[in-house]
Amino acid sequence: MSAKIVIGLDGGGSGNRAVSHARKLATLIGDCELILVYVIEWSPYSFQTPEENAERHNRREDEIGAALARVVTPAVEALQKDGIAARGLVKHGHVAKLLNRIAAEEAADQIVIARSSEDGIAERVFGSSTANLVMNASVPVTVVG
Amino acid sequence: MKLTIATLLAALFLGANPAVAQEAGSIDQAVNEVFATATGPFVSLIFAPIPGTSFPWIVTWLVIAASLFTLYFGFIQIRAFRHSIELVRGAYSDPNDAGEVSHFQALATALSGTVGLGNIAGVAVAVGIGGPGATFWMILAGLLGMATKFTECTLGVKYRNEYADGTVSGGPMYYISKGFAERRVPGGKFLAVLFSLLCILGALGGGNMFQANQAHAQISGVFGAYPGWVTGLVFAAILYAVIVGGIKSIARVTEKVVPFMGVVYVIAALVILAVNFDQIGWAFGQIFAGAFTGLGVAGGMVGALIQGFKRAAFSNEAGVGSAAIAHAAVRTKEPITEGLVSLLEPFIDTVVICTMTALVITISGQLLIDPETGKYLIDGGTIQTIGNTSGVGLTSAAFASAFSWFPYILAIAVVLFAFSTMISWSYYGLKAWTYLFGEGQTKELTFKLLFCVFAVVGAAASLGPVIDFSDAAIFAMAVVNISALYVLMPIVKRELKSYLSRLKSGEIKKVAR
Repeated sequence: MSAKIVIGLDGGGSGNRAVSHARKLATLIGDCELILVYVIEWSPYSFQTPEENAERHNRREDEIGAALARVVTPAVEALQKDGIAARGLVKHGHVAKLLNRIAAEEAADQIVIARSSEDGIAERVFGSSTANLVMNASVPVTVVG
Repeated sequence: MKLTIATLLAALFLGANPAVAQEAGSIDQAVNEVFATATGPFVSLIFAPIPGTSFPWIVTWLVIAASLFTLYFGFIQIRAFRHSIELVRGAYSDPNDAGEVSHFQALATALSGTVGLGNIAGVAVAVGIGGPGATFWMILAGLLGMATKFTECTLGVKYRNEYADGTVSGGPMYYISKGFAERRVPGGKFLAVLFSLLCILGALGGGNMFQANQAHAQISGVFGAYPGWVTGLVFAAILYAVIVGGIKSIARVTEKVVPFMGVVYVIAALVILAVNFDQIGWAFGQIFAGAFTGLGVAGGMVGALIQGFKRAAFSNEAGVGSAAIAHAAVRTKEPITEGLVSLLEPFIDTVVICTMTALVITISGQLLIDPETGKYLIDGGTIQTIGNTSGVGLTSAAFASAFSWFPYILAIAVVLFAFSTMISWSYYGLKAWTYLFGEGQTKELTFKLLFCVFAVVGAAASLGPVIDFSDAAIFAMAVVNISALYVLMPIVKRELKSYLSRLKSGEIKKVAR
């Protein structure tokens, strides 16, 4: 049975650190698939104008397309080029909840994420995604510094 | 119509110059008279009383429809109330649809179009004329209206247009034309066009001019009198930035602040009620006693009933068809779910928020009672109040009796509510416009510019007949829309039956979260 690792991407430096750590793990394990997940923060309880609602389906497709093209596909292709099994997902929602859900659905062995770069008041009020995930995850979580 | 707009504009620009302001005043008057003569028959027709009574037939029309839908769908508003809340919470939403318009978002968007002046000014008018008893009938009308909303919003989603580029358009014009064709009933196209015409008029009038006008009245009431066109130009400029310039941030801020203001309003009302909890029993006593005796108001019980029903209809727009346009954008495979969600709208708007306003006004003691008879003191058809206030002023005074700073908050709330209602109606009007003239940048721009111009006109002029006309246009939408709902209601029933049986059998399940 092959191992599966879910990796949280954020389109920045910390996501890349998570990928490179997961790549190291995959090389050590050998038979291992990497699932790269990019989450677009989105809440079903936000407020929108009628016009935004009417165009929402389009926007969503655009957002997914852009995330795939800019972040996920290049990362997946780089891994595949080096012979590592990898695929990418783009989802809307809450980062910590989604990573945990995908890990459960895919029966992944662990989640790798990097410590997020948010700090200051926002983190104090809302808590960081990383801290949320570590506290609530149902599989082991590796946090890359 | 075009001539009238030109004359109105002329009056407006003349009014901007103090030297000709007086002349403009007479032009204003002339416009009023021309407009009143031209639209008078239409307005009188819509608000005509049933022969031999003082009861406007349009109110009867809305109430009968709401009662019939309530019976036809077996008190769906009570049966499915809990399920509706679960739907809004997302308990049945497919996680793979994350990022699409949720039930909550569709409901919130529709609500920000209806929660507004009706809840603040309209209720005060109802209570001021009909007494606290009007509240009882208002609540009843709100509860019945839930079934009407359910019917129209289900159809709005079922017969919406989904275009190749992923955008959606829905509303009565689409369900009337497609639904009638499906049921092989003639006249669908005609009614759809008629509805669109009335919807454009309603959008420019009640959804725009009336809002700008009342917002200006409230601002100048707090900060002192100044010319209306100033407010109008500011409104038009912001509207232009949002609907033409596509500056979403302003709209987004409004859409976020409006629910917040709504919550602040309800909390303020609850605090006032909590402080005066010993009087709540008395207030409900007044509401029940007034509902059946009138407690001395003009027209007695019938007077209270008319006011209650009329203001409820104004406030929650059940049967008007506007909500069906707003709800159509939701992401769901089951149109009936959006209908069920939409029935919460009259509940929140009328049964909760309007009742709060009415209770606060009653408890505040702003309405003067004759200590000997226990009946209300009447002066020229309305109940006498402390300081002779009415409309927004009465609500403001009632809240101010507990919190002296509240009129400032209320002024901000009224302006924001008015603005969000205008944004919503600019969209409803646009959908009707594109239904008639087709989609296209130039066509859409024409309507949007027209909409901005009307905001200036609405704020600048105190055109009673124009406002009467806009109200009449909104109610005329309900005449067309409800006629169509009668033809199409078997389709909704079929959908409902199928959905409920699948829900019962477990085919439709809650999503694990």
